[in-house]
Amino acid sequence: MEKITEQKWQLSKDWFKAIKLPWEFFLILITALVFTLCSFASPYFLDVWNLSDATFNFVEKAIVALPLAMLIICRDIDLSIASIIALSSVAMGFAAQYGLGLELIVIIGISVGVLCGLFNGWVVTHFDIPAIVVTIGTMSLFRGISYILLGDQVLKDYPDGFEYFGQGYIYWVFSFEFALFLLAAVFFYALLHKTNFGRRCYAIGNNPTAAFYSGINVKRHRLLLFVIVGALAGVAAVLLTSRLGSTRPTIALGWELSIITMVVLGGVNIMGGAGSIPGVFIAVFLMGIVTFGLGLLNVPGIVMSIIIGGMLISVIATPVLIKKFSHRGS
Amino acid sequence: MPQVAPFYSLRGISKAFPGVKALDKVQLDLYPGEVMALIGENGAGKSTLVKTMTGIYQPDSGELCLQGQTVSLATPDAARSLGITAIHQETVLFDELSVTENIFTGHYLTHGPFKTLDWKEMRRQAMQILSDIEAPIDPDMLLRHLSIGQRHMVAIARALSFDAKVVILDEPTAALSIHETQELYKIVNKLKASGCAIMFISHKFDEVFAIADRYTVFRDGCFVGQGKIDQIDEAQLVTMMVGRTVDQVYPKQKLPLGDVILKAQNFSHPTEFNDINFELRSGEILGFYGLVGAGRTELMQAIYGVSENINGTLELQGQPLSIRSPADAIKAGIVYVPEERQSQGVVLDLPIYQNIGLPQLNQINKNGLLNQRSEYALADTYARRLLVKAPDWHEHVGNLSGGNQQKVVIAKWLATKPKVIILDEPTKGIDISSKAAVHSFMSELVEQGLAVIMISSELPEVMGMSDRIIVMSEGLQVAQWHRADFNAEKIVSAASGGLNEKTIH
Amino acid sequence: MKKLFTSREALLCLLILAMLLSVGSVAKDFLSLSNLLSAYNDTSILIILALGQMLVIITRCIDLSVAANLALTGMVVAMLNSSYPDFPVPLLMLFGMLLGLTMGMINGLLVWKLEIPAIVVTLGTMSIYRGIIFLLSEGAWVNVHEMSEAFMHIPRSLHLGVALLSWLSIMVVGIFYYFCRYSRSGREIYAAGNSPTAAFYTGIDVGRSQFIAFSISGLLAGLCGYLWVSRYAVAYVDVAAGFELQVISACVIGGISIMGGRGTVTGCVLGAVFIGVINNSLPVIGVSPFWQMAISGAVIVLAVIASSKAEKKSGRIILKSAAIVPSR
Repeated sequence: MEKITEQKWQLSKDWFKAIKLPWEFFLILITALVFTLCSFASPYFLDVWNLSDATFNFVEKAIVALPLAMLIICRDIDLSIASIIALSSVAMGFAAQYGLGLELIVIIGISVGVLCGLFNGWVVTHFDIPAIVVTIGTMSLFRGISYILLGDQVLKDYPDGFEYFGQGYIYWVFSFEFALFLLAAVFFYALLHKTNFGRRCYAIGNNPTAAFYSGINVKRHRLLLFVIVGALAGVAAVLLTSRLGSTRPTIALGWELSIITMVVLGGVNIMGGAGSIPGVFIAVFLMGIVTFGLGLLNVPGIVMSIIIGGMLISVIATPVLIKKFSHRGS
Repeated sequence: MPQVAPFYSLRGISKAFPGVKALDKVQLDLYPGEVMALIGENGAGKSTLVKTMTGIYQPDSGELCLQGQTVSLATPDAARSLGITAIHQETVLFDELSVTENIFTGHYLTHGPFKTLDWKEMRRQAMQILSDIEAPIDPDMLLRHLSIGQRHMVAIARALSFDAKVVILDEPTAALSIHETQELYKIVNKLKASGCAIMFISHKFDEVFAIADRYTVFRDGCFVGQGKIDQIDEAQLVTMMVGRTVDQVYPKQKLPLGDVILKAQNFSHPTEFNDINFELRSGEILGFYGLVGAGRTELMQAIYGVSENINGTLELQGQPLSIRSPADAIKAGIVYVPEERQSQGVVLDLPIYQNIGLPQLNQINKNGLLNQRSEYALADTYARRLLVKAPDWHEHVGNLSGGNQQKVVIAKWLATKPKVIILDEPTKGIDISSKAAVHSFMSELVEQGLAVIMISSELPEVMGMSDRIIVMSEGLQVAQWHRADFNAEKIVSAASGGLNEKTIH
Repeated sequence: MKKLFTSREALLCLLILAMLLSVGSVAKDFLSLSNLLSAYNDTSILIILALGQMLVIITRCIDLSVAANLALTGMVVAMLNSSYPDFPVPLLMLFGMLLGLTMGMINGLLVWKLEIPAIVVTLGTMSIYRGIIFLLSEGAWVNVHEMSEAFMHIPRSLHLGVALLSWLSIMVVGIFYYFCRYSRSGREIYAAGNSPTAAFYTGIDVGRSQFIAFSISGLLAGLCGYLWVSRYAVAYVDVAAGFELQVISACVIGGISIMGGRGTVTGCVLGAVFIGVINNSLPVIGVSPFWQMAISGAVIVLAVIASSKAEKKSGRIILKSAAIVPSR
C-alpha cells in the first residue's frame, strides 16, 4: 500500500505545473530580450560595474516587494510601505543625532517598521476593514508624522560604518544590498513555497472563509504578514538611508506604486490567491534592466514611468486578450 | 380536445461545465394557462435549466422556441423583454436597496423627457403588488432588514411586476410556511387564469399534485419523460426520478446508542436562534429538520465557533467547552461540513491533497516545513475511503463534480479523527450515486462510534437516516421525535410553525 | 421619502460645525462670510473630484489616475491657451472635459472589456498620463504670464458674490443628486456595486456601469484640470501629485463603502468639506502645514474604524422577536 502511494506520488509529480512555468518563462523571455536589446543599444550596458551600480536602484524596493507579494496573495495590500520607510528613516536619523550606536540605529529602524506593520495589521484585522482603505490612511499618517517630526530639515549625522549597508561591497562587484536581497529572496521562496505558513497564504488568498472553517487563524496570519512587510520596509529604510546618507520626509516618495508594479508584473494576482516568489524575483530584474537601459539612453525618469505603466497594463492584458481571441476562434 | 401549441419550448438543449455535463439534450414544453412541474432530484440540472431559460447561461447546443419562433437569449434582459421571468432558488436581490427598488431594478418606471425615474409611481405599484400577494412589507424598507421569508415575497413581487408570459418558480416553497405556500398557490392560479405559462420546480410530490397540470422528469441532466399529471401517480414519478425503487436508498442500521457526547443548553443568539437544548450520543444520527432559513445552519455555525454573541453552554463528554473559533472546535473533535460547499467547504484552486491536509498542517508537518509526501499519503488514505473520483490527488478541487467536492470535504474532516461530525445539507446538489455514497458513509461513521448531526431539508432523507429528529422553526426548537414515532405530516406541520408547544416524546 | 441625512452624516456635520466654531473662537475673521466662501472655493475642486470618485468606488473599483488625468488636461489646456490666446475659454473647458472623458473611458474600457482589476489599470494609467505630460511639455512650466486674461479670470469671476468655481461645484453636486437618485444609469451603478450577481440576474451589465463611472470620473477630472491650472496659475508635470489620495480620503470619510454599493452624495460632499475645513483652519490656528498630512491620515483611519462598527453584520434575522424593525 505504502509503495503504491509512493509510486503514484512520483508519477504524478508535475514539475512544470508545480513551479508554474508559463508565467515565469514568459517573464524570463522578456527580460532576456530587453537585456539583449540594451546591450546592443548602449556600449556601457555590458559592464559588470555598471550593472552592479544599476542594482542599487531597485534592490531596496525589491526587498519590500517579496513580503508584499505574500501579503497580496493573501488578498491584502499595503500602500503605506513607502511611508513606513520614511518614518523609519526619520527615527534612525534622530537616533543618530542622539549619538546612538550603529546596532541600535538599525534595530530602531527595523522596529519602527514592525510597529507600523503591526498597526496596519491590527486595524485591518481587528476592525475587519479592507486593507486598501486602512493603508491609504496610514500612508498619509506615517509620512505625515515624518513631516511633523522633521519639517523641512535634513538629518545626516550618521555614524561611521553606517554607510556600509547601502554602499558597501561584500566581494568584488557584489554589494551588501544585493547579497541581502538574494538572501531575502531565498528566505521568502522557502517561506511561501515550502512551509505550512506559505500553504496557508494560498488557502486564505483563494478562499478565506473555507480557510477559516478549516481551522486556520486567518486574522493572526494576516496580522503577521503585515508585520513582516513592515519589518522588511524597515530593512529597506536602513539600506536607503545608508545609501543616501541623509533623511528627508520625502524619502522614498511614490515607491509604493513601483513596488506594487513589481509584484503584479511578477504574476501575483492583485485579487489574491496566486503568485510566486520566482515570478517576483524575475520581475524585479526586468524592471531594473528596463530602468537602467533607458537611463543609459538618456531617457528621463518620468518617461520611464510611461513604459513601466504600459508594461504593467499590457503584461496583465496580454493573457486576457489571448484567452478572448482563442475563445472566439473555437 | 383541441391541440394547444406549446408557448415556450426547449429543443435538445445541452450545457456543460468543466467536469460536469449539467444538461444533456434536454427537451421541455410549457403551455399557456398551464402549470408544468419540473421534477428531479437535487443535482438533476434543474437550476442550470432555469438559468438557461432566462438568459443567464448560454446553451452549448440546442434551441429555445417562443411561440414557435427560435429565440436567442443573450442576456437576462433579453429574456425579460420577451416576458420570461424567474424566481430563483437563492433569492438574488440587493441588500442595500429598498423593497420598491428591488422590485423595479432593471425595469424602472420613468416619466418626462429625461426619463426621470418615477419613484412615486414605483412605490405605488410596489404597494399594490405586495398587497395583492398579502405580504405586509413596507416598500421603503431596506432589504437587509427583512427576514428570509419576506425576501422571498419580495422576489415573488418582483416577478409579478413584469408583464410576464412565462413564469418560472424554482423551489419557491423551500422557505415558506404552509400558510405562505397556500398564498403562493393562489398567486399561481391567478397567473394561470391570466394565460401565463408556468414552470414549477419542486421535489415535494404533494405540491406537484396540488398545483401542476403537466410534469416533466429529469435525471442527471437528462430528460426522462413528460405527460399529464392526472395520468400518473407518485410511485411512478419517483421511479422515473430516481431510476430505481426507493427502499434501498437509505442504508440505516439499528445501533445501540452510547454515552452523551455533546450537550447544548440554552444556546441563543440575538437574532438567529433562541433557547436551543439537545443532547447527542455516540452512534447517533441526529436530524435537524426545518424550512430553509429556520436557523439550523446558524445554530451549527455557532456551535462550530463561527458566530459571535452566543449565549448558553456547551458540554463535550461532560466537560464544559468554550469554542471561539473553528480551530477550537476542530481541536475538541467537532467538525462541520458546510452547506455552502464552494464558498465555505473547499479551496477550489488548491489540489485535492492540499485541501484534505489543510486543517492539520501542523500535525502533518511538525517543524512547519511542508512534507508533501506525508500530506499526500494522508489524503490518499481518506480520498480512497470516500471513493473520490479524480485522476489523482493533484487535481484541483474546482475541476471536480459537486458530489466529489463534497467527498473531499468529508475526507478532510475524517482525516482529523473527529468525535462529532456536523453535516449541513450533505447531499444538496450532488448526483444520486454520490448521495448514496454519503449516506452509506454516515452509517459507517456511527458504527465506529462517532456522533453525527445532519441538517436536511429533505424529509425522506431526514426520516430515512436519523435516529432522532429535532424540528426548528423561525429560530426556535419546536419539536423532537424518536425514530419509532416519526410521522411525516407532524414533522412538516411542526416545521411550518404548526405546533405552538414543544412536543417531546 | 429617503432621509436626507444618515446618522453618520449628521455626525460629520456636527464635527464640521464644531471645528468651524472652535477655530472661529480663536480667530475671529475665520467665520466671516468672505472667509467661509473662500474656504469653500478652495474645496470646490476636491468636491467635484470626490463625487466622480464616489461613483467609481460604489461600483467596487478605484480610480488612482484622477490626479494624473487632471494634470495632463491642465497642461494641455494651458499649452493651448499660451499658443492660441484667442481661443475661447469655454470651448477650451469643453475640450478639457472631452480629453478627461477620453482618459476615463480608457480606464473604463480596460476594466470592462479586459476585466483587469481597477487598481492595476489606474496604477498603470496614472504613470502613463503623468509621463505624457512630460513628453508634451518637455518638462517646461506654463507660467501665469503665458496665460490669457480670460483663462485666468473666468473661474474667479463673481456671480451673486460667489466665484464661478464655487458655482460649478454646486452645479455638479446638484447634477449628482439628480443622477444618483433619478437616473437609470445612476441607480444601476448602485445596484451593480451592491451585488454584481443580482445585478447580472436583473439584466444590468456590471462592466458597463463601471465604464460609466470611470467615464464620469474622467470627465470631471478633465474639468478640474482647467480649474486647477487657472486657480494656481501654473502648469507643470507634478501638478496635483498625490491629490488622488485626498480625493479617496474625502470619499472614505464621507462614508462611501470601499466594498461598493453604499454611499451618498451628501456624505461625499461632507467628507470633502471636512478635509477642506482642516486644510483651511490649520494655518489660522498657527499649526504648521506639516501637520496637515498626518491629521488627514489619522482622520481616515478613525473614519473607517467608526464606519466599520456601523457596517458590522449582526447576523441574519430569523427570530420573530428580532424582526421588529422600527418604522420610518
